[in-house]
Amino acid sequence: MLPNAITPASFTAYPPLAHKVAVDHLVLLQRLPIAFLPSLLRELIEYDYSFPAERLSIDSELAYLKSLTPSQLDNLFRSFAQLGLPTSLTASDWVNHPAQFVEQESAHLWSTRQLDAFRLAATQYGQTLSAATPAAPLPLPRLGIAVIGQGATTAAEPLFLNLRQHGTFFTKIDPENGLEFILSAVASRAAAHAAPYAHWYIDGGQPARSTASLTSVAYQELEPLRSRLLRFMDAQIAHPGMGPEELRTRLALLSPSDLGIHKPADPVLERFQLRLFTEGSGTQIFATTFAQWATREALRRAQPLTLLVRYAPRQRQRPMNELLSATDAHVELDPAGSLVDADMGAWYHWLNQQRLPGADRSAFVVWFEAQRQALVVAPSLPRGVESDSAINLKTLLALATDG
Amino acid sequence: MRFGLSSKGDKQLPWHASLSAEAAARRLGVTRRDFLRDATGIAAGSALMGASPFVYAASNVKKRKVVVVTFGGGARDQETFAPQGQVNIPHMMKELIPQSSFFTHVTNQGILGHYVATASLATGVYETLNNFSAVPPDHPTIFEYFRKDLARPASDAWVVAPSNGFNHIGGSETRGFGPGFGARVVLPKHLLSAASAGGKTDFNHLLHDNYETPLYAPQLAGGDFELEQLERVLKLSVDDFTAHASTLSSPDELSLYIARRLMHEQSPSLLWITMHDIDVAHSGAFSLYIDAIRRTDRLCAELWSTIQKEPEYAGNTTLLILPDFGRDSDEDSGGNGFQHHRTGDPASRTTWMMALGAGVRQGVIYDSPLQSIDVVPSIGAMMGFNAAQSQGSLIKELL
Repeated sequence: MLPNAITPASFTAYPPLAHKVAVDHLVLLQRLPIAFLPSLLRELIEYDYSFPAERLSIDSELAYLKSLTPSQLDNLFRSFAQLGLPTSLTASDWVNHPAQFVEQESAHLWSTRQLDAFRLAATQYGQTLSAATPAAPLPLPRLGIAVIGQGATTAAEPLFLNLRQHGTFFTKIDPENGLEFILSAVASRAAAHAAPYAHWYIDGGQPARSTASLTSVAYQELEPLRSRLLRFMDAQIAHPGMGPEELRTRLALLSPSDLGIHKPADPVLERFQLRLFTEGSGTQIFATTFAQWATREALRRAQPLTLLVRYAPRQRQRPMNELLSATDAHVELDPAGSLVDADMGAWYHWLNQQRLPGADRSAFVVWFEAQRQALVVAPSLPRGVESDSAINLKTLLALATDG
Repeated sequence: MRFGLSSKGDKQLPWHASLSAEAAARRLGVTRRDFLRDATGIAAGSALMGASPFVYAASNVKKRKVVVVTFGGGARDQETFAPQGQVNIPHMMKELIPQSSFFTHVTNQGILGHYVATASLATGVYETLNNFSAVPPDHPTIFEYFRKDLARPASDAWVVAPSNGFNHIGGSETRGFGPGFGARVVLPKHLLSAASAGGKTDFNHLLHDNYETPLYAPQLAGGDFELEQLERVLKLSVDDFTAHASTLSSPDELSLYIARRLMHEQSPSLLWITMHDIDVAHSGAFSLYIDAIRRTDRLCAELWSTIQKEPEYAGNTTLLILPDFGRDSDEDSGGNGFQHHRTGDPASRTTWMMALGAGVRQGVIYDSPLQSIDVVPSIGAMMGFNAAQSQGSLIKELL
């Protein structure tokens, strides 16, 4: 089936809000090329479980596309329309399984060497869309905080090397009550600028404290979900004929109820948490990977105003079958390796934050937990310099968010 | 960021690219050259072109041996050749590069999965087979050209391969070629699995399989055939093999151990070793990725040392070291930096190659763009066979 053949009945299986959006924009959807539309539907079908920022993004995109004349639409999507896809793909049930379509489309583009053309089309489309749908001003500058190195006392190699050229490196931080200062500052921001999913606290271990005003995701609190998922994977791997691609597909199709979560308190957040395990690579086995990926996904999807991530030590590397079986009660940790992981994670945290609207006003703080080294990237602070000022975390945060 | 999310295996639709792919790849190559020139003081190659080292080396084609090493699953410049990464590759920087011809700009325009990319390297054609299927390449491999054209026995071409999926890499099913002309493939992990069956020693740390899908940990098989290989080909008793394996820390160390035994006992003229430890990056743990780069750097130096010490190899062997492809850049929002090679961005497609030994000019950097599929026809020209169906070009700097 091609897009021009879709009808309201095509979306019967969609959740209620997604169904309404699709039917309301049916004429537009019918005009979009098959190489593009399933990518849009893959997001739209999750509309009921999307964060406010994601819904706003879809709404803005559809409103913009709806405002274009047919010839403007054709021009905008010409490059996508020129991509060749096989009938086997276009004949699949891409309306109800858009993610699977996109997976197969991706494989086809790679194997037919059309990927570069797709990259170019996507780049141009994204630039046009960004220019046409500018983001609204933020109520306050975005703030990212990464606390790294829990359990490590020294760094074998210099920290924050990637970030130093972008900010001020502090070498004499007073670590006393540092974590408490950070948590209080984050909670204050959340209270002063309350909005759904606008202020996050991600912990790679056990959260230091619970704060109702924050959207909280913690690796250890997700242990029951992670254990059930690992058991599911263990069972799937044992099936005859199972391969890595099939396993990935089956993971992608999982819903919270498949893993025993039948009445989630927060369906949006719980689906997000499940996706961290089913779409992330290594999140199931390493706490540092989980924290980094959760940070990336929270920034990409929820676009929070505040995001605090605290890394915890991951387990030491073991053979993959042992990591997956999760039967060993005693888990040996690797604090030194985890510090290296988290240092890189902090770099990616800042990079992903800078991809969001308001990047020129945003601030970022990374602190080696309980130690004297920290770095701040903020409009008010110089770049590429080192400071030996003896200040505590409270003052450091004030410096980061000042102005 | 819609297009950054789709992935299956190692295929992902990208979101954006700020430079054209060609311009970005060229920039990567030139930057890599500058890094090396600053660090090692070796010369740019363009001024030296036209004077083939073979003219002076007068290498004997009949005795020529070639060893190809694919460098571990791809590593980025910032963790290797860039100033901040050079600490991770001390052996390459101080020992190997000064002795090598270094090619800064090698692109892979095919599918960026390790099996399919290795198959493309081995055939000189961008293969399109399913990366996760145990199928032979669609085109004749270098081993088939070599053995058929030069009438070499099966024992003269070997592949040391890292994982289950590579057991068909030795030969295609192409008419006129096929398994009868293919290389013998040794899967060290299968050897170890067979040798250690029923034993008390835990070798699981050496049996990692496919890092591209870290969630998937297939069972390894090993039986009588592997034990026969061990005793008859490698001249190793089960006890000696398992005793030595117990001293090793990674699958690539095991592969190097097997490769050395092969060189000592069988002296193949064409030996292909696929390293894989670096691909632990897919687990997202940066420290493990760095550890693996440092280990691979050491193993490459140890292999070069072995080549120089083994009488059958010393003085008449060319060693080629190259990654099958790179890894995603930090700048491409469609990926997750070092973790994967899914975006198809220039960093994931643009790599390097180091050539050492017989017929190779020492201490020279070449910027001219190559493709990974150029390796097969160029080795053919070195060794005297014709890779007729390869779609690559000759690397004139090596001829």
